[in-house]
Amino acid sequence: MGDSSSDDENAWVFYKDRPEWKDVDPVPQDDGNADIAAIRYTAKFKDVYDYFRAVLTKQEKSERALQLTKDAAELNPANYTVWQFRRDILKALNKDLYEELEYSQHIIDEHPKNYQVWHHRRVLVEWLKDASKELHLTELILNDDAKNYHAWQHRQWAIKTFNLFENELAYVDQLIQDDIRNNSAWNQRYFVINNTSGFTCEVLKSEIKYTLEKIKIAKENESAWNYLRGLLLHDKEGLSKNETVTNYCEELYSSGNRSPFLLAFLVDMCDEQVSQGGGDMRYTLERAEELCNSLANQYDKIRTKYWQYMAEKIKNKAEGKSEPSPPSDDS
Amino acid sequence: MRKQNANISMAATLRKFEDLKNEKFNEEDQITVTSEEQIQVERSVQEIFRSFRLRCDIDSNLPKLLRWEHIQALKHWLTFLPPGYKSLDASRTWICYWILHSLSLLEVKLSDDLKDSLVDFLKRCQCSDGGFGGGPGQMAHTATTYAAVCALCIIGTQKAYDAINRDKLQQFLCDVKTEDGAFCMHRGGEIDIRGVYCALAVATLTNISTEKLFEGTAEWVISCQTYEGGFSGCPGLEAHGGYAFCGLASLLLLNKGHLCDVDALLRWIVNKQMKFEGGFQGRTNKLVDGCYSFWQGGAFPLIHSLLAQENKEPKWLLFDQGALQEYILICCQYPAGGLLDKPGRPRDIYHTCYALSGLSIAQHSIDGEKLILGSPENKLAKTHPIYNIGPDYVLRAGSYYSKLDIPGNEPSFL
Ligand SMILES: [Zn+2]
Repeated sequence: MGDSSSDDENAWVFYKDRPEWKDVDPVPQDDGNADIAAIRYTAKFKDVYDYFRAVLTKQEKSERALQLTKDAAELNPANYTVWQFRRDILKALNKDLYEELEYSQHIIDEHPKNYQVWHHRRVLVEWLKDASKELHLTELILNDDAKNYHAWQHRQWAIKTFNLFENELAYVDQLIQDDIRNNSAWNQRYFVINNTSGFTCEVLKSEIKYTLEKIKIAKENESAWNYLRGLLLHDKEGLSKNETVTNYCEELYSSGNRSPFLLAFLVDMCDEQVSQGGGDMRYTLERAEELCNSLANQYDKIRTKYWQYMAEKIKNKAEGKSEPSPPSDDS
Repeated sequence: MRKQNANISMAATLRKFEDLKNEKFNEEDQITVTSEEQIQVERSVQEIFRSFRLRCDIDSNLPKLLRWEHIQALKHWLTFLPPGYKSLDASRTWICYWILHSLSLLEVKLSDDLKDSLVDFLKRCQCSDGGFGGGPGQMAHTATTYAAVCALCIIGTQKAYDAINRDKLQQFLCDVKTEDGAFCMHRGGEIDIRGVYCALAVATLTNISTEKLFEGTAEWVISCQTYEGGFSGCPGLEAHGGYAFCGLASLLLLNKGHLCDVDALLRWIVNKQMKFEGGFQGRTNKLVDGCYSFWQGGAFPLIHSLLAQENKEPKWLLFDQGALQEYILICCQYPAGGLLDKPGRPRDIYHTCYALSGLSIAQHSIDGEKLILGSPENKLAKTHPIYNIGPDYVLRAGSYYSKLDIPGNEPSFL
């Protein structure tokens, strides 16, 4: 591995043996007498952190302390106290933040799922008011793991704060082409539209078209179905009145497809129709029951209890509509 | 008829192995990274299910909770962690909580000496300016504070309760609160929905909560509910099991559960249970993971209570409790003790805690009914689905701290 600190383990000089640190008394960890959650630290770890505690206690904001925080952070990048103190020193010494930005990229590369390193990066970008490298950095990380939550969080923040929406939809589209099931990419699609054009009638129309085409490719892809629902949240008519969607679903059903997500969608359409009243209530109700039964017993058995609950819920709703408050009858 | 009797225990039955092949991922000729990874996990799980069935034919007591092994591993970890655990050096109060909660689920009593040692250590993690750090000498952090407070409530002695400096804890929470009602993880730290949950959990447990402290918080949490129905870490991000738990539990602690779209949340979360593996995934189209047994599973009793408020109370918890127990007991137990994310991954303390917590949730239905897969000896103690510590510990902390004044609540003329 390219971790220089472990490669040089033999060449490592302990802080306690460094003449330039002679003036500092190391501060051992105040653990008490009992061993509780006691980590058997290596000699190097203990040495570095004994000196880190010393500079932290003294609030020594110096070049050597800055170097020390680097050693401490590399031994445990999840130590938020180390990072916070490092930022305090960077500020106090008025350090070149672009150099630090470079360093943070290396450490993110090594620990892409660590909260602290991403937060460090974000503070640096805030201080610099320069997010010109953030899209590239997050793309590098997402190349390795297209669903890395931290990378998406950083990317969304940078895009929103510095208005970098311009090419994002194209990037999202590329990711969905690479992996149609990448839910993070679908979520990003929603994020971009929500923060730019908004879900206007026109946008809704073209997004519905886009999504239905993707569903055609993989009908059991939950991400696309969920996105479709997300779109219809913005349709004032609701879930069940959009003709394009309704026709598509009915055709898919008639063609014999029994994707659980299709059936679930049809159930929710029935549910909505029952809530709104009107139409052939008896037919809607029978259909909802039939769909829920086939989901519960055949197409989505892991969710049997949910589908039974839905069937009952819709039935109760319909009964509540037709006869005003019937006496409750526990069956 | 609804069963109203408490303590009804039923045996859960294993799903039929032959039926499970219909539950596998349908790739639909679209080979992508997601489908390849999913199919690989299903293969390894299938292999484990298959060999399990063979052993089942000989031993009708299976699947068996490796109670003794887990207890041994946990007790060992409580005092001794190898150098590889250095990455958790800023999470040592978490280690205490994970182990203490796991042991309490396994119904292990702690000696008085051990309790005193634990309190002594946790006090050393408390900061002079309020809250707890991950270890002695570290800054206060909302998550390690949550862990420390929960650990102290589990210990539950007078010394443990008195260890918490409540005035300063409240000051810490005030300091990390943001203008829009959210909470930072530490002074100068990142903001996400974990901060809200941890702040609310410790403030309510120790009776330091004020209306002002959580002004605007419910609205911020609601802004994290996504179009999928789950909650994200911050507004705009993807719905995620860990954050969804934090969001939902926070709303319930604020008594504002009705503000979220419960139907959408329910729809999202039921779909996070994997039809083949039986466990939960954290996000749409991601892989099963033992820790989501709690983060997702634990949300069901909470959703249940919300639906009950709306007079839509279901007759049962709305996930497949037996299938989740299958995944945890058959796929997530390490033979020498401890539990794990998924087959092939190493065991660790975090997954031990949350897989056991999820198992407890799956075993205990509503109204005191139990649904136990395998021998009745597999039964774990109950957990409180909001705080994830034993319900008795919540009650006892509540009755202790309710006798004390809420700091900062005296009349002010400023
Ligand atoms: Zn996990």
